[in-house]
Amino acid sequence: MKIISQEEVIEAVARLAIEANVDLPPEVEKALRDARQKEVSPTGKMALSILLENARLAREAGLPICQDTGVAVIFVRLGQEICLQGDLYEAINRGIARGYSQGRLRPSVADPLTRKNTGDNTPAIIHLELAPGEDLTISLLPKGCGSENMSAIRMLPPSVGKAGIIDFVVETVSRAGANPCPPVTVGVGLGGDFELAALMAKRALLRPLGSRNPRTDVALLEETILEKINALGIGPLGLGGRQTALSVNIETAPCHIASLPVAVNIQCHAARLKEVSL
Amino acid sequence: MKIELPVKTRLAFPLKDKSPLASLRAGDWILISGKILAGRDQTHRRLLELLEADRPLPFNPQGQLIYYVGPTPAPPGRPIGSAGPTTSYRMDAYTPRLLELGVAATMGKGPRGPEVRKAMLQHQAIYLAAIGGAGAYLSRCIKDATPLAFEELGPEALLLLEVEDFPAVVINDLIGQDYYQLAREKWRS
Repeated sequence: MKIISQEEVIEAVARLAIEANVDLPPEVEKALRDARQKEVSPTGKMALSILLENARLAREAGLPICQDTGVAVIFVRLGQEICLQGDLYEAINRGIARGYSQGRLRPSVADPLTRKNTGDNTPAIIHLELAPGEDLTISLLPKGCGSENMSAIRMLPPSVGKAGIIDFVVETVSRAGANPCPPVTVGVGLGGDFELAALMAKRALLRPLGSRNPRTDVALLEETILEKINALGIGPLGLGGRQTALSVNIETAPCHIASLPVAVNIQCHAARLKEVSL
Repeated sequence: MKIELPVKTRLAFPLKDKSPLASLRAGDWILISGKILAGRDQTHRRLLELLEADRPLPFNPQGQLIYYVGPTPAPPGRPIGSAGPTTSYRMDAYTPRLLELGVAATMGKGPRGPEVRKAMLQHQAIYLAAIGGAGAYLSRCIKDATPLAFEELGPEALLLLEVEDFPAVVINDLIGQDYYQLAREKWRS
């Protein structure tokens, strides 16, 4: 049985927070470069050039890619054969506080009523999943709210079928327009129930850009929706063009015979994500 | 990599009068220099509270540009951290009152609501988009940052920024055009 100390978790999470905010994943940078190549609008192309230069400068200067260093969304896969010393939730939150302070990341978490900032970007939003084996895997998605605020969920009647699903997702991205900093990644949770749909939509953002759902009918739906979104004309940062979304990632789960939940979680062009295994 | 922007106009803030705004058109790239104000949600709420209580603002609103930003803390040796625009519609409720007092321009990202657009035409003010998410890139155009008020709000405090060649795109001009709408119509397929 592997023993993991609380300090190991704190330090790993602190490091994740800094790296995730400063170092744009290479596949995201590649997707932005490909988008610049394909973009037909001159203003859209210019915006993508600036975003690529921004990613380079951030890495070089150790500065956050975006001033919105997000609410810390954490996905944990905890191996059942691990002996964890101390409280995991406490360790993660202490890691977030340490990382956001050491990395000079913006504390962006406030009380919903008083709007008073908690000062250290805690509490993190933690999703815990048990897994077989001896690995503790922690993924951090710093989620900015320009894009998060554009998310939507709808409990559709099953009769709307595929066409209804497509309409709702495309309409959500269309209404979001320039607000979520396109080109976006669109996470879609299809099925399950009210909260599982929303969680799947966010989990879908963890998938590597450009990957397709292993189910061919779902993969086809991803392609169809992506094409429709890119025909909206919104373009990079809403300044016009065809590169409005880099990817549409759908996750599915069976749902009640009376129900068709669809959740859309939008990620901005700075699709920041880092993972560590202990 | 040096990016050559197709710049139409350079503007220095605060403006002495609003006449330089008349020739700007939706879609123009401009470069901003001079002194601008930086504030977001909680700062705006406080400014409106001051006005409601008949108390003076911590700045003279005439000819000012308000940039909607909540920067990251400054690293050693730099005036400011990452400093890209935040989404502007959240400030819509506060903007008409500030335009009425003489604020000449606001800058953020994303479209403004109908009330703000109406107030902009009425008071001859423009709306600009900075490059969303390009916080590291834009921070190089900020030479100095001084807290003006509400320091206890942390990232939401009111700041005075000194900027040089800060790039932006004109979204709403003085003849009522909206570049987000124009661009969408043009590139829709």
